[in-house]
Amino acid sequence: MAAVKLTINNQAHTLDIDPQMPLLWAIRDVVGLTGTKFGCGIAQCGACTVHLDGNPIRSCSFPVSAAAGHKITTIEGISKNGDHPVQKAWIEHQVPQCGYCQSGQIMSALALLKQTPKPTDADIDAAMQGNICRCGTYNRIRQAIHTASAEMTSAPKLPKSAPKIGER
Amino acid sequence: MSHNPKQSESNPSRRAFLRAAGLTGATFALGLSNTDLLASPVHNLSTQPGLAQPETLLAESAELTPYVLIDKSGQITLMNPRPEIGQGTFQSVPALIAEELEVPLDKVIIRQTGGEKKYGGMWSQAVGGSGSIRGGYTQMRKVGASAREMLIKAASDQWNVPADECYADNATVVHKPSGKKLTYGQLAETAAKLPVPKEPKLKDPKQFTMLGKSIPRPDVPPKVNGQAKFGMDAKVAGMLYASIERCPVLGSKLVSFDAAQALKVKGVQKAVKVERIMGKNHYEGVAVLADNYWAALQGRKALKIQWDHQHHDTFNSADYEKSLRNLEKADGVVGHNVGDFDKTFAESPTRLEAFYETPMVSHSPMEPMNALAHYQPGDKIELWVSTQGGDLVKDEVAKVLKVSPDNVTVHVLFNGGGFGRRLTQDFATEAALLSKTVGKPVKVVWTREDDTSLGPFRPLTFSAMRGALSADGKAVAFQHKVISPSIDATMSEKYDKTKPDGTMLEGTGEQKYEIPNLSTRYVHSDIHIPLTYWRSVTSSTVAFAHECFLDEMAHKAGKDPMAFRLSLLTKDTDAKRMMTKLKEVSGWDKPLPAGKGRGVAQWEFFAGLAGQVVEVSKNKSGGITVDKVYCVIDLGTVVNPDTVKAQVEGAIAMALTAATKDGITFANGRTVQTNFDANRMLRIHEMPEVEVHILAEGGPTIKGVGEPGLPPLAPALANAVFAATGKRIRTLPFDLEKV
Repeated sequence: MAAVKLTINNQAHTLDIDPQMPLLWAIRDVVGLTGTKFGCGIAQCGACTVHLDGNPIRSCSFPVSAAAGHKITTIEGISKNGDHPVQKAWIEHQVPQCGYCQSGQIMSALALLKQTPKPTDADIDAAMQGNICRCGTYNRIRQAIHTASAEMTSAPKLPKSAPKIGER
Repeated sequence: MSHNPKQSESNPSRRAFLRAAGLTGATFALGLSNTDLLASPVHNLSTQPGLAQPETLLAESAELTPYVLIDKSGQITLMNPRPEIGQGTFQSVPALIAEELEVPLDKVIIRQTGGEKKYGGMWSQAVGGSGSIRGGYTQMRKVGASAREMLIKAASDQWNVPADECYADNATVVHKPSGKKLTYGQLAETAAKLPVPKEPKLKDPKQFTMLGKSIPRPDVPPKVNGQAKFGMDAKVAGMLYASIERCPVLGSKLVSFDAAQALKVKGVQKAVKVERIMGKNHYEGVAVLADNYWAALQGRKALKIQWDHQHHDTFNSADYEKSLRNLEKADGVVGHNVGDFDKTFAESPTRLEAFYETPMVSHSPMEPMNALAHYQPGDKIELWVSTQGGDLVKDEVAKVLKVSPDNVTVHVLFNGGGFGRRLTQDFATEAALLSKTVGKPVKVVWTREDDTSLGPFRPLTFSAMRGALSADGKAVAFQHKVISPSIDATMSEKYDKTKPDGTMLEGTGEQKYEIPNLSTRYVHSDIHIPLTYWRSVTSSTVAFAHECFLDEMAHKAGKDPMAFRLSLLTKDTDAKRMMTKLKEVSGWDKPLPAGKGRGVAQWEFFAGLAGQVVEVSKNKSGGITVDKVYCVIDLGTVVNPDTVKAQVEGAIAMALTAATKDGITFANGRTVQTNFDANRMLRIHEMPEVEVHILAEGGPTIKGVGEPGLPPLAPALANAVFAATGKRIRTLPFDLEKV
């Protein structure tokens, strides 16, 4: 055991835990932020995706000690009121079904949009391939990313490019 | 459905389930919730079923009615008996009540029920068989309508005016002539004392403001900000985390274990034996309990266990599949028998035979199995769990612990997927047994490896097909012989091999094709691997053989596969309407460019009816790309079109995974696949475009949503591959890149 200092969503935490504990369990079980999910434990499904200094990592396979001194962002930290353009696009397209993978999907999408503000479908394929959705929400994820991209890259308001609910 | 009349108590039959899902009488009346709730953070709970509920609510409202609770402030709570597993029942079921109650859905709190008796008998609080709307459409509307009539009666009594001068609107009763108004909150206490109308007047569907419309789901906002609570997220003070080592060779017995090293791991508290129970199957395992999950996992790895494999360590898929192939000529048990197949087949000028194979697959919901149980003095137990049935958990835990179901309190949380896996409650009883053993709340969390390798799985089914064409190319005889292990047989000791297994023959006798001589047979093969329902159950495999073989017959007859099917659908049936629509929306008659092909399939079964056209392209570098799937799903009546479309999209993704990815195979008694690296799932770049058309033209029958989008995909895809390449796929899974 050792004291591990973490900064999660701009809040400092000092945790007395096994430095080898994956960041995922530190976030979920010790800090108590449960929006980040456990899916596979071997970085294959992306449900545990969080940002480390803005870059997406699979927290299930990332020792907590390696996260010390870095800025960690979880789904709970991306907006105060759940109104980040990506979240709004996810709602507009009614993306989630069971919803379990969606925190990870959103964190991967955010990282994509930061690096590639106007992603093509090929960019989306490349960036989102690591996130499994067993409910099959992929087409809506794609549409939502395009919608969020339009909102984030345009001055104040833009006509929505993607179809709304009911128009599909 | 199963024709086996004797079912093990702990494994209620699918038929019993569907009967309950369809016929459960909802009891209704108007409840007045405890005013203390005003002070509690109840308004925040609409998005968090179960976990944060005030412990007292259900008990204190017991004397009142189950589904509609209104407190003096006017806050309305609707109780939702159907767990949310991604299929949208958190919106669609409460909407049935709210529509008739005349309250907007965004003003109500929605809670999940927990298997309480007042919400009906077994399986009425479960989700499966695409039954939530099929079973609840009228009943839940009646719940809302009764409450509305009671509120109107309470208002008209108070005003001393005829009830028919009053109407309900937006949680208010209005006296039309005078314009006087009373809110539901003002009326609730009086209304609750009135008798419940047995046959309340239902709204004219033309006046619906919610039903039939794509209303946004209330569970979506908390699912994009991390606030939605799944079973995995449940926590109570003082709980221990458990990880359980069970033998990867299913059917093994525990000889001994040494936990000395495990107990040295910091945070590990205990290591104890625990049973995993599924119907007739009792498996032993060793649980390591710790202060945190990571420590429990580390402790588990340090266990030294001796297993007796009971000779199951020689089991492998190749041999088992061979044994099924060897049964090709076995007679089996007769399922459906129309006309005289044998005679017609023998006398027909053109005969076809083909053998089809499908694999065992895992459910693999994204949320691994887990449950939190707290055993308390007086044999009381409380559970927090992602499950497809709060009533199933209550019943199973009560049986295993030998306590009254009244002693079992269940909190049903959002499910991170179900697909049939969470109809089996083994993970909940594990947690319950462990909590009783150690005297503390225990949270059992399965690893993905546990989830992938320990079943229960979807059965593999093989199909021996025979068909005959008349001289003018009409299908005159059709036989589908299913050769497979049986779900019921792996779960129940009372399985009767002399009876046709309705679950394993599912759908094979239900297609509307007018083929005068139809025969279905079932050849059973034993297996020690636990099997269970998987989204669309056996239709997910037998439809592949059935609809591909029909395609083979069409080609043999020199006919277009769509025209061939429609020629067998001359009577006025839903199937005919659906296929006619599918032909139109898919542009079937429009020629495709070279290198592309399209295939069609349809399937009708207990859950409903859908048809699909799949378009594929030959890749320049080899292999096949699935370009687009057109689906027509026939519902009769639709509650939320956008949810239906989402369900069909999801069913297609799941079917495509099962048809083209790895499946589950065994070597040396254990699954070859243990996680998503080898048990691959469809990913975003592999998802085809999907176009869904809903047929909702009324009529007395309401068909299901969650499953029907699945069975047509594999056969339509294989038929498209044949159209594009001339290669006939008869074995699943197949690799799209290697066609």
